[in-house]
Amino acid sequence: MIELTRLTKQFSGAVAVDELSFRVKAGEVLGLLGPNGAGKSTTMRMLTGFVAPTSGTAKVHGLDIRRHTRHVQRLIGYVSEGNACYTEMTVQGFLSFIADVRGYRGREKKQRVTAMLEQFELLEVHGQVIEHLSKGFQRRVGLAQAILHDPAVLILDEPTDGLDPNQKHRVREQIRELARNKVVLISTHVLEEVTTLCSRALVLGKGKLLADSTPQELESRSRYHQAVTLFARQPLDLMSLAVLPGVAGIERGEVTNSVRVLARPGQVIVPQINSLINAKGWSVFRQEVERGSLSEVFRSLTRESRP
Amino acid sequence: MRALLKRELRSAGSTATVYIYLVAFLLLSGICTFYGGEFYERNHADLNPFFEYLPWLYILLLPALGMRLWSEERKSGSIELLMSLPVSALGAVLAKFFASWIIAMAGLLLTFPLVLTVNYLGEPDNGVILCGYLACVLLAGNFLAICNCTSALTKSPLLAFLLGAAVCLFFIACGSSVILDLFRNWVSVHWLDRVASMSVLAHFGGLTQGVIEPRDLLYFISQIVAWIAITVLTVELKKAA
Repeated sequence: MIELTRLTKQFSGAVAVDELSFRVKAGEVLGLLGPNGAGKSTTMRMLTGFVAPTSGTAKVHGLDIRRHTRHVQRLIGYVSEGNACYTEMTVQGFLSFIADVRGYRGREKKQRVTAMLEQFELLEVHGQVIEHLSKGFQRRVGLAQAILHDPAVLILDEPTDGLDPNQKHRVREQIRELARNKVVLISTHVLEEVTTLCSRALVLGKGKLLADSTPQELESRSRYHQAVTLFARQPLDLMSLAVLPGVAGIERGEVTNSVRVLARPGQVIVPQINSLINAKGWSVFRQEVERGSLSEVFRSLTRESRP
Repeated sequence: MRALLKRELRSAGSTATVYIYLVAFLLLSGICTFYGGEFYERNHADLNPFFEYLPWLYILLLPALGMRLWSEERKSGSIELLMSLPVSALGAVLAKFFASWIIAMAGLLLTFPLVLTVNYLGEPDNGVILCGYLACVLLAGNFLAICNCTSALTKSPLLAFLLGAAVCLFFIACGSSVILDLFRNWVSVHWLDRVASMSVLAHFGGLTQGVIEPRDLLYFISQIVAWIAITVLTVELKKAA
């Protein structure tokens, strides 16, 4: 479990993280969202002991990060932004170094390293120097390094940044595997990642908490949540659509004779629209209901906090 | 700390730093001793020419060995990995210091042909020679502690090198009249003595003559400890900058 209490970090006068408080329970995959400079990385760096908080504190499994830094570091596996590794080392050499530092010796150390090489399919490159590997492989080395000691808490700072779509997909699958019975903290600005990976999403802006919810609930805050787009063969009577109960507004679609009908918050407007189409005898050849766009919510939440 | 030390040595080995240092050290010390120091022409069975040139050689070579210790770590960002592992800053600093010191000592060990040569040609006082080597080891430790610190101050290895060399040069030169004249006009004689007594050469020279004074040993040990302490502070303060 992680618990932040008014955690604050200032860099030469500028506030990076501003009295941030939240809790994460075991089994939760928490997504930290926010524009660049929102304080995601700094928050993670404070938890891992790399950056000292200016004020406030956090507890990881009940241990204070300021007083029991070493203990906390033993509980955490961390992949930093940009995946910091000793890139001049070989994959195997690097993982044995990590095992050494984590206090494994002899046979157990060997077993841990081999298990990681197998789990992340690194056996074929185990003797290669890390900097010569592709980004996808490097990221897998980073993940292997982070979970070698089977940590209770996994902190991943933009784990799929800079990967191609296939690699992203693989890394995400691996994270989902790892997430069982751990506390996982992921920072990202890839919004689809939040819907596919996270059970809970926090939106940060200028170091402050702007929203704390499930990805689904966040989507429903979108003005496009439950919006219905109609594609017709002839021009539609917009007035009759606009006066339907539950309709918040109408936008012209990108295609000719298409129209997007927005729903009022919490309202479902599909039935009303369908009966109207039947009554008017419109030939509507396609109809789409939207879940709402996370990126639109993200933009509207973080717009106010921008400098 | 053992794990870190092992990694430092292995990484130095894989990036060829060790070999370049050893080759450069042996070549230059050889040239200085035989040509500059007139090793044969002096007709003395001792290693004084070698010991006399060594501090100057070290000004050039040890900053090169120490410059990458921390600056590289910060430049590549790997310091973020290192400092989020359950390792103390002191442990990391000591590991880097000892790794570079071990390499410097390996260089000194490889000068053994000099010892064999003087023993073959004459009858030197091997006790004095051993004492001289002790002085070299301590001097190397002193300079490497300085360079470890300057390397932690900057992300640029070149700047770390220049800064390290400058500080080492100061500690060699502060006993000389050039530096003392600089201070003479505005500090009292009492303080002038203090500046002069900070000179590495005074303490190094005594040891190479075979005189082991606790004062000299204490000088080197306190230099090393002080610089390591400053390095730990610097790393703690600047790691995330």
